[in-house]
Amino acid sequence: MEEQTPQASQRKSLPVWVQALALVVLLAFLTLIGFSLKRTQQGPITIGQTVPAFTLTTFDGDVYNTADMQGKVVVINFWASWCFPCKQEAADLESAWRQLSPDGDVVFLGVDYVDTEPEARAYLSEFDITYPNGPDLATKISQMFRIRGVPETYIISPDGKLVDVKIGPYSSLTEILDAIDKAKTGSVN
Amino acid sequence: MRFIRLVLLVVVGMVVAVALPGGTVFAQDPTPTVDTSAITDDQVNAVAQELYCPVCENIPLDVCPTQPCTQWRELIRLKLAQGWTKDAIKDYFAQQYGDRVLAAPPARGLNWLVYILPPVILVAGVILVYRVLHSMRKGNGSTSEAKAPAPDLTNDAYAARLEEELKKRR
Repeated sequence: MEEQTPQASQRKSLPVWVQALALVVLLAFLTLIGFSLKRTQQGPITIGQTVPAFTLTTFDGDVYNTADMQGKVVVINFWASWCFPCKQEAADLESAWRQLSPDGDVVFLGVDYVDTEPEARAYLSEFDITYPNGPDLATKISQMFRIRGVPETYIISPDGKLVDVKIGPYSSLTEILDAIDKAKTGSVN
Repeated sequence: MRFIRLVLLVVVGMVVAVALPGGTVFAQDPTPTVDTSAITDDQVNAVAQELYCPVCENIPLDVCPTQPCTQWRELIRLKLAQGWTKDAIKDYFAQQYGDRVLAAPPARGLNWLVYILPPVILVAGVILVYRVLHSMRKGNGSTSEAKAPAPDLTNDAYAARLEEELKKRR
């Protein structure tokens, strides 16, 4: 066996602190990648899953927290003024709200997805929408539901579980009322 | 006299109630009338090019042809007409639609890594390359110093025999 000269052994390795730092940086990177992968792989809220509570501040400044709506059916409609299919269901949603709101066991929340306020207000005025509506600030709510577009409507049962998802516009008032009835009885679509 | 005073008081009260705001609450005008004609497309695009369309990813707002983007550009025009600065408008957009609409991520939270890591990695790389080159040069130096002397062939039996054979053939 040949003996290594001192020069050769000095050349071979970096200082320990450099190696430790490199390892820490590498681990930090891997952790970050892991977290972001976990986040991207996380699917949408599925039927039967408990919907995390969120807060919606309406265009009028009222604050609604879904945590306070336990015991009620919550209808969450994602829309935007630039979305033409949203207009197809807007009047039906408002009719459903007017029909059900006197009972007090259903709450409608309109979440305005990446929109401009003047146009959003004009939209609400055009369809005479009276249930609470507010912007999805920083798209936090839509990210939570992982919506794929607008309109999308999520119905939450009185015990806080997601019971119905409608991708695209409702075709009729009856379809909306049926979905809400099922949510009241706790049946899952 | 007292009756006349009372009537006067009621009339004045009614006039004040009608004239003063607060008795009846009117909806706020969502789009206050602002003259946006003085704002040019170039001014709008100067802000829009630093923002991205929130619904059609990776398309800067200034070149995005969709309806929402047109609305957002008009919103920028309105904000500029109201005297908002570019940074204030960008902040507003980030607040409304999230940081993903910004061309450059804001320097806060984990975003700091985006700004800190590249120079740190660059400096670390330069140091590493310097060290490697330095040690290589050192290594080359030591090799030349330790170079073995040319072999002495005078005592080599094989070489001597070879020389002899060559002499014979001449």
